[in-house]
Amino acid sequence: MSNSTEQQEFTITVYTENQIGILNRIAIIFSRRKINIESLNVSPSEIEHIHRFNILITETEEVVRKLARQIEKQVEVLKVYYNTNEDIIWQELALYKVPTETIVEKVVVERLLRENGARAVVIRKDYTVFETTGHRQETDKLIQVLQPYGLIEFVRSARVAIIKDSEGFNSKLREFERMEPGQEVIENEFLDQPKNVFTM
Amino acid sequence: MDTQEEALAVAEPKKTTRVSGSVALLEGLIAEGTETIFGYPGGAIMPIYDAIYDYKEKLNHILVRHEQGATHAAQGFARTSGKVGVVFATSGPGATNLVTGLADAQIDSTPLVCITGQVFAHLLGTDAFQETDVINITTPVTKWNYQVTDANEIPAALAKAFYIARSGRPGPVLIDITKNAQIQLFDYEGYVPCNHIRSYRPKPIIRKTYVEQAAALINEAKKPFILFGQGVLLGNAEQEFKAFVEKSGIPAAWTILGAGAIPTDHPLNVGMLGMHGNYGPNVQTNSCDVLIAVGMRFDDRVTGRLDKYATQAKVIHLDIDPAEIDKNVKADVPVWGDCKETLPLLTSLINEKTHDSWLAEFNAFAKIEEEELIRKELEPASGELTMGEVINQLNILTKGEAVIVSDVGQHQMVACRYGKLNTTRLSVTSGGLGTMGFGLPAAIGAKIGAPHRQVIAVIGDGGFQMTLQELGTIMQFGVNVKILILNNQFLGMVRQWQQLFNDKRYSFVDITSPDFVKLAESYYISGQKVTARETLVQALETMLNHDGSYLLEVMVSKEHNVFPMVPQGCSVSEIRLK
Repeated sequence: MSNSTEQQEFTITVYTENQIGILNRIAIIFSRRKINIESLNVSPSEIEHIHRFNILITETEEVVRKLARQIEKQVEVLKVYYNTNEDIIWQELALYKVPTETIVEKVVVERLLRENGARAVVIRKDYTVFETTGHRQETDKLIQVLQPYGLIEFVRSARVAIIKDSEGFNSKLREFERMEPGQEVIENEFLDQPKNVFTM
Repeated sequence: MDTQEEALAVAEPKKTTRVSGSVALLEGLIAEGTETIFGYPGGAIMPIYDAIYDYKEKLNHILVRHEQGATHAAQGFARTSGKVGVVFATSGPGATNLVTGLADAQIDSTPLVCITGQVFAHLLGTDAFQETDVINITTPVTKWNYQVTDANEIPAALAKAFYIARSGRPGPVLIDITKNAQIQLFDYEGYVPCNHIRSYRPKPIIRKTYVEQAAALINEAKKPFILFGQGVLLGNAEQEFKAFVEKSGIPAAWTILGAGAIPTDHPLNVGMLGMHGNYGPNVQTNSCDVLIAVGMRFDDRVTGRLDKYATQAKVIHLDIDPAEIDKNVKADVPVWGDCKETLPLLTSLINEKTHDSWLAEFNAFAKIEEEELIRKELEPASGELTMGEVINQLNILTKGEAVIVSDVGQHQMVACRYGKLNTTRLSVTSGGLGTMGFGLPAAIGAKIGAPHRQVIAVIGDGGFQMTLQELGTIMQFGVNVKILILNNQFLGMVRQWQQLFNDKRYSFVDITSPDFVKLAESYYISGQKVTARETLVQALETMLNHDGSYLLEVMVSKEHNVFPMVPQGCSVSEIRLK
């Protein structure tokens, strides 16, 4: 891991109970330190009733580690990981609305779209909606490309990320051994035993 | 299913009773051992108050004069009794008035369960009368909170609330119950306490390797130094801590919330840490070789300037909350876990030792402090009365057996520095939040939590005027607390800073007061005012011997400063004696 006092992008992955209010509890841990969340995605995870947050921020590792612990301390949070970009596979989805006229008339646009891996989602007489997935730079690049051809509307989703290390927890935990109190077994021992679990 | 019998057992329906959400709530509180509730009624919590009308025998409800007072009283109760404090308040303003107390309890890890009434569920979000989004308002100041909109949720929500409030690192919890849920009848299956939540680990798993590393560091240390905080009290680990200190022979100093974890006059208790702590402990922090922090969180009032804090020392940090490890001071050995469990493990691995010459260094600093400062503070021969001498005389009379509740400011630092404590849970004060107005209501709860002890609320003239309406509570419920107002006619601590750092530009610190004795009289509370040294001891005796609550106002020196002091931005070793 790189220098802990140098700012860089971190993707924080949080596993939580699906409970009203947990989004706010997590969000205020950032806002109280005046840290801007650059992108946030909340979705179901591979485990039923457990939600997965992907939070993107630019900070030093030292700060991110403290944030991660304060998030993990929340009653309804199961586990928190933080990763640099090297540790993850991530994608963002972008949609672009362009006048159909330009697509039809200007062959160059079609070529550009193909070069940028854009797919048409909807084609109407008046406009066409394209989509791409990729990293920020890639989706940004297509905006630049389409701007001169009358880009009408653009939207980009939050980052969704998968942690590369598929054995996941084990090797990560060893890396953070000093920082993390529990072991993988302990962390997840109750996930498959709903009977032993206290729920409301 | 193996036998028919088993099959039948499963098939048999659970016994239920048809009760309202309000009744289920009260039954749950009783099941959790609650005896006293501090509260204030209002529209949205009326069904609960209607139910409690029939529970007067089982539940003692103390009607406070302001909801903030209810939270502080519950805090005082929790601190002296070690139990969870319970608060009732209505929606809207009732709920928002809890915020200061919740924030105080959150930062000082005090277990509270607060129940607020809420408007009917169908009105949520409509700006209904006395509707406020209490869940979102209190999220940053609670360990957990939850809104109940259906009576069926009440038993489990309450069970979870108590479990979260008191387990692990304790803290305040709030349950907001909509009025319809309070009224709603449902099939109550009885109360089942909670002892597990899958996403919540109250205690981290103890790592043997860290305990061993810590023991090795301690055994090799030439100048080890222990800092202890409220974690020792919260973990009920006073005995374990004492055993650790005595076997290791290591001098130990306390944060203000750790006061009393070992007695004030224990030979290894070297005093108080921090901005107005003792001379030796502050200076020696920067000359020890191993710093052992037990259940404390390195607050900035304890550490002073961080980049000059104990940089020479190896740091061992024992804490139940992993988020505290490395938060402010980097730990070389993080000993996660409940100190009630980790301390005995550590004690068993360390060598029995004494550190005579190292301890003598502390004593030498203590002697300097004693001669240059403490004697003048505690036994001034002439001049105006000092706060220190009042506390000193109080110590002589109470012999270290009384609960001392303090408010916030100069008198608090004096009460904490000089208050004599023979045992644990005798000091109640607002540490992390520094809440003026905490003292009087907290004393009410402290007395109810420790009914057989003398409870003395030491309060300044400023803080007293923030929550003095609680005199009404003291009057109505005959709470036997002794109120000792140290009146310097100033907001003393701010004045001290303005004198030292703002060129004596006294900006709005000159506070006038009513006739406190007459004020007490109007609440049928006896009292007197002392202005001269000759009458002080007699007045204190009168106060302590008085049957019932009593208010004693002592006029002390107007512009007296609290020393020693670590000025803000300075290192702890730059502590000033004057």
